[in-house]
Amino acid sequence: MYTQAMDLIAKEAGNTTPATAEPEAYQREFDAKIDRGDFIEPKDWMPEGYRKTLIRQISQHAHSEVVGMLPEGNWITRAPTLKRKAILLAKVQDEGGHGLYLYAAAETLGVSRTELIEALLSGKAKYSSIFNYPTLTWADVGVIGWLVDGAAIMNQIPLCKCSYGPYARAMVRICKEESFHQRQGYESLLVMMREGTPEQKAMVQDAVNRWWWPALMMFGPPDSESVHSPQSMRWGIKRVSNDELRQKFVDATVPQAEVLGVTLPDPHLKWNPERGHYDFGPINWKAFWDVINGHGPCNRDRMAARRRAWEEGAWVREAAEAYAEKAKRRATTHPTAA
Amino acid sequence: MFVTELLQTTPDPAAETALTLPDYDPETQAALFRYLLRLGDSVLILGQRTSEWCGHAPVLEEEMALANFGLDLIGQARMLLTYAGALEGKGRDEDTLAFLRYEHEYRNVTMTELPNGDFARTMVRHFLFASWMVLLWARLQSSADPHLAAIAGKAVKEARYHQRHAGGWVVRLGDGTALSHDKTQAALDDLWPYTAEWFESDEDDARLAQAGIAPHPGELAAPWRETVTPTLAEAQLRMPPESPFRSHGRWGRHSEHMGHLLPEMQYLQRAYPGGKW
Repeated sequence: MYTQAMDLIAKEAGNTTPATAEPEAYQREFDAKIDRGDFIEPKDWMPEGYRKTLIRQISQHAHSEVVGMLPEGNWITRAPTLKRKAILLAKVQDEGGHGLYLYAAAETLGVSRTELIEALLSGKAKYSSIFNYPTLTWADVGVIGWLVDGAAIMNQIPLCKCSYGPYARAMVRICKEESFHQRQGYESLLVMMREGTPEQKAMVQDAVNRWWWPALMMFGPPDSESVHSPQSMRWGIKRVSNDELRQKFVDATVPQAEVLGVTLPDPHLKWNPERGHYDFGPINWKAFWDVINGHGPCNRDRMAARRRAWEEGAWVREAAEAYAEKAKRRATTHPTAA
Repeated sequence: MFVTELLQTTPDPAAETALTLPDYDPETQAALFRYLLRLGDSVLILGQRTSEWCGHAPVLEEEMALANFGLDLIGQARMLLTYAGALEGKGRDEDTLAFLRYEHEYRNVTMTELPNGDFARTMVRHFLFASWMVLLWARLQSSADPHLAAIAGKAVKEARYHQRHAGGWVVRLGDGTALSHDKTQAALDDLWPYTAEWFESDEDDARLAQAGIAPHPGELAAPWRETVTPTLAEAQLRMPPESPFRSHGRWGRHSEHMGHLLPEMQYLQRAYPGGKW
């Protein structure tokens, strides 16, 4: 699903001053490619800061996909119909698939998937903090599709044109699948709101109330507090500012909420004809930072679940390696039997 | 925009359900209904168990594979239960059958409802089950019942993939490390006795075999054993001895585990009666 807080990543990576230690000619060629809008490919020379920033951003995105399987996975065994169960399973499977392409894209930059996973499990690497909120009802599944995937798409579409080729290509495919998820999420809410019982409608409204603000926070801190962005913008890794994306999302979502018949929980939300945009109320950034810093409702549960899966799977991975070794030995001893 | 599109393309549910039913005598019809539940519930309940793995598998590739198993099985369950409901003619659709029956009305083989256990147990079960289903679906492809034959034609391909994938893990784990071998052998020893149920039969089976609708369950026992033996041997696993233990899920008598699986699966349908999803 998605990534946020690229600002945080770039802040750390920004400490690595790029060009100084690198041959100037390479740097010039790199800059020229960026200026022309060409893709940088894995075998091309790139500044160390660019490489590091990308590794962090792509791996954070990959981790987000994998951790993001947990909140929705929470409802697979309780899905209300077989059709919804199949749709949800397929969606969560897609997220695993996104994790796979993204880990593969990160690996082209010279890191291994195991290193990246270990960084996640040790708490060194981050994942999108939207997944630190709980899925309390079935309607959360639909609302995540609509709002969270919707926000993710807004964030990710510019990345389809980001300067690093493997990441940009992965994003093209991911965005297509995310759009499908968003549509499915919205459709499931539409059925409940139009044909459902009063209890179901209340369930949808409650989920919208809980997810609206966290979805807006997915675009990251306001531009005024965004310390770093110029470097990422220069590198073509980040294309559009946080506040612009957030506004675009609000503008797209308000009419969808009206069709659905739900109220967005913001008394300040109002069309502003002069700006040609919706105005919206202040975001509680303290709540955002609290969740990022580990104090959200599910941070501990999510990490515990990932660690448990990794630790409990260790003997399986060891067995697979041991078997592969044996098979290789047998093939060299008895080449024909292979 | 997708919302406009969605609002315009709401499909007519009645259009999907038109199914021409074969003309059976009442006994055959009732026997086939129960047979469809036995098959449909078995894949449904195993699909439910498989999907519990989501987010917890040992490697990302297996997250995908297990979700795939679940998707195939749920898909098969939908076709079988939809057909069962139509054949019964009492207005029950796939969801009424899947979510709103009492425990003793479910007819899945008991092995499918057992908890997943560890990865070895999950893969051993899946391998044993898929190996049986490959043979069964292959026979059902030439069923005298055209709907069942069509479902089998699709399902047999899926079951072959399940058998190959789970079988690959049985071999890797059985012949991997000492620890993985022991876990895999323990899983096989525990699960093996539950396979006897698959080959037992009653009057329904006899009637359907006579009508050419389904093979007699006992006919699959020897071919199934022949199918699984080479994989178990390659995995360095010992074939468990025969046991007098019998499970009876196909007759609606389940293990204690079923009473925990169902409330979770049925929760929303029970808690929001009359809901639209």
